[in-house]
Amino acid sequence: MKQILKALLAAGISFAATTAVLAQTAELRIMWYSDANEGDVMRDLLDRFEKANPSIKVNLDRVPYRSILEQLPPLLNSGQGPDLARVTDLGGLSRHYLDVRPNLRDAKYFDDNFGETLKWFRPSGNTNGVFGVMTQLTLTLPLVNSTLFQQAGIPIPGPTATWDDWAKVTKDVAKKVNAPFAIAMDRSGHRVSGPAISHGARFMNGDKPALIDDGFRTMMKKLVDWHADGTMPKSLWGSVGGSTYRGANDEFANGQVVMYYSGSWQFPQFAKTIGKSFEWQAVQQPCGSAGCTGMPGGAALVPIKTTKHPKEVAALLEWFASEPVQAEYHARTLFLPAHAGLAKKGIAYQTDDTNVKKSLEAAVKAVAATSPTAFAYQGYEHNRIMFNATIVRLNQAIAGEMSLDEAYRRMQADVVEGFAAKGLKVE
Amino acid sequence: MCRRAAIPARLQSSTRERALRIAGRFYAALMRSVEPPFAWLQKQVGIRGMAYAFVLPNLLVFGIFVALPMILNIWYAVTGSNRLSLVERPFLGAENFRVLLECKDYFDANSCAQDRFWRAVHNTMLFVALQVAAMVLLSLLTALILNGRILARGFFRAVFFFPVLLSPVVVALIWKWILQRDGLLNAFIVGAGGERVPFLNDPSWAFFWTIFVSVWAHMGFYSLILLAGLQAIPADLYEAAEMDGTTRWRAFHRITLPLLMPNIVVVLVLTIIRAVQAFDEIYVLTGGGPGTATQYIVQFIYETAFANQVHLLGLASAASILVGSVLMVLTLVQLRISYHGKN
Repeated sequence: MKQILKALLAAGISFAATTAVLAQTAELRIMWYSDANEGDVMRDLLDRFEKANPSIKVNLDRVPYRSILEQLPPLLNSGQGPDLARVTDLGGLSRHYLDVRPNLRDAKYFDDNFGETLKWFRPSGNTNGVFGVMTQLTLTLPLVNSTLFQQAGIPIPGPTATWDDWAKVTKDVAKKVNAPFAIAMDRSGHRVSGPAISHGARFMNGDKPALIDDGFRTMMKKLVDWHADGTMPKSLWGSVGGSTYRGANDEFANGQVVMYYSGSWQFPQFAKTIGKSFEWQAVQQPCGSAGCTGMPGGAALVPIKTTKHPKEVAALLEWFASEPVQAEYHARTLFLPAHAGLAKKGIAYQTDDTNVKKSLEAAVKAVAATSPTAFAYQGYEHNRIMFNATIVRLNQAIAGEMSLDEAYRRMQADVVEGFAAKGLKVE
Repeated sequence: MCRRAAIPARLQSSTRERALRIAGRFYAALMRSVEPPFAWLQKQVGIRGMAYAFVLPNLLVFGIFVALPMILNIWYAVTGSNRLSLVERPFLGAENFRVLLECKDYFDANSCAQDRFWRAVHNTMLFVALQVAAMVLLSLLTALILNGRILARGFFRAVFFFPVLLSPVVVALIWKWILQRDGLLNAFIVGAGGERVPFLNDPSWAFFWTIFVSVWAHMGFYSLILLAGLQAIPADLYEAAEMDGTTRWRAFHRITLPLLMPNIVVVLVLTIIRAVQAFDEIYVLTGGGPGTATQYIVQFIYETAFANQVHLLGLASAASILVGSVLMVLTLVQLRISYHGKN
């Protein structure tokens, strides 16, 4: 009888201890999308974080990018969001972010190393909150199929070449080597903004949106004309409607595109999908009358304010932002770092791929030459409304449903409507 | 099978009786166990109230999943902003409907405040007209052929019905692989020495293929309804007509068509309702493009509410109420026709 009582007592104690440990464990959920291997790298790093912090368990919920765009916002609006999420609409969702500054052990470290990008995800009026950490800094830039240039016997244009020069040269290459597409560009309002800024577009007037100006008109007209004369493929932008994103990854990886205007986030993916099939590289930005710039951007890991574990979320972000973790994460993912200290020191990227190495070098140079207008537009809280209006209406003009003048009028009306829905007025 | 046949009929019958007795006892025990709570319930609500008690579970499901969303939809339609929370949405009255219906010329989408809504309405109207006509005619033709004495009739009936079993997304992806720039169809055309055809990038072609794919995907279901109608027509009518020397066309026109009319009307109304709701296959196949050439009304509602950066829930709800009203009218027409048919 005594033995049975002892056994019951032992079982009771171990059960109580287990439930106590479980009760102390904070379970965090991260809604995460991946372009390439960053999900695997993150999971690997998180396993180490969990070992070092046994009271925190982190679930990395991997979702398609589209879920981040379409499903995360309603989740956040309904208060059912995850504890953290990897997002690209940095400013647009900022009212849902948690300021982790009060729970950080060393907030100055964030200011020193992420000062430039921290403001991208601060809600209006907030000047010092820490609302997340960039998981990658990106820059839109042209990727060229060097092999096609070699086969055509035409040199790749230099750093001062204009968009018109590129259009002509890529068309010549495409014609000589019988490639179907001279230039392809992601179907995205963000992607067309850098070239527009190169032609003098300003997008902002102080803190107010100013979408349509001469620089913007110049670039939009070029895009419509290039679709009409076959320089750009209608099959890319024309294959979907509305504001749906469409990239030309498959076409570029299949060697069908001479120049693909996309961005630095594609490097790891192309290293994997293209391999040694042909030579490719990122090159310097094509120029317009006002400069040669792309659009910065990127993705960030942001804490959501409905979390029940703000301290643990802050601890996770502080760990992720730490220099050794950032160095390893970027070295393995082949992403550009937003961490100022690491950007200065340089990252020892873990790749033997010469295409990627050349491209990373070009991207680092291009970041340094990026226009302040582009940084300001990227940091603007409501830029997505403008991106959205741009792509929807530009696409209608390309499809011949309306003139460019009508498209500009509609873009402006869409911006006004979008701002009104957020309770804001556009003068 | 041989062993079963060897069991004497007397023994088989006694086994059946025993099984029935066990089932009867089980049923009686079950009824006895549920009797007390129902007796108590009847005391509380009375004999008339019991009817409501029995339909209550269904009413709850209907209320939560149908009635409540409809009420919420109406609330969103008369309020503004991009907020999801009902209390944070300012009341606008009929403003969303006014914005949707504001047009100088309803036939020119560019003259409307919400040009994309009107483009979607125009596209949907044309789609409904062409798709419904094609669907009804081809379903009827298929049903007539499958009702005849053809070789491998059962196989062909299965073949025509098979696409109905496929998920709309699968249907769209299959056709996308066939129709895209480097798809199967263009490979054949190029292989035969022709030029690639922009099946999904030319507005007219893309529109045609949305109709074709939706007819292909759903025709089997409507053919089945018409086939059932054809098989219900008494064969002696045709025999009598044949004896009178009636031609096949005249028999079709005077016997088949009138007796099949109730089924044709059901197919017609169901096809119209389904065509107005067209979304899933087309969204995956063309995404509404090129431009807005294949954007139909449900896609407009979806994009306005969920896909665009600013979620204009009020505008989308107002549009869905307008579409719902059209569908309601069509359903009433169907009910009225069915009622007249029965009487």
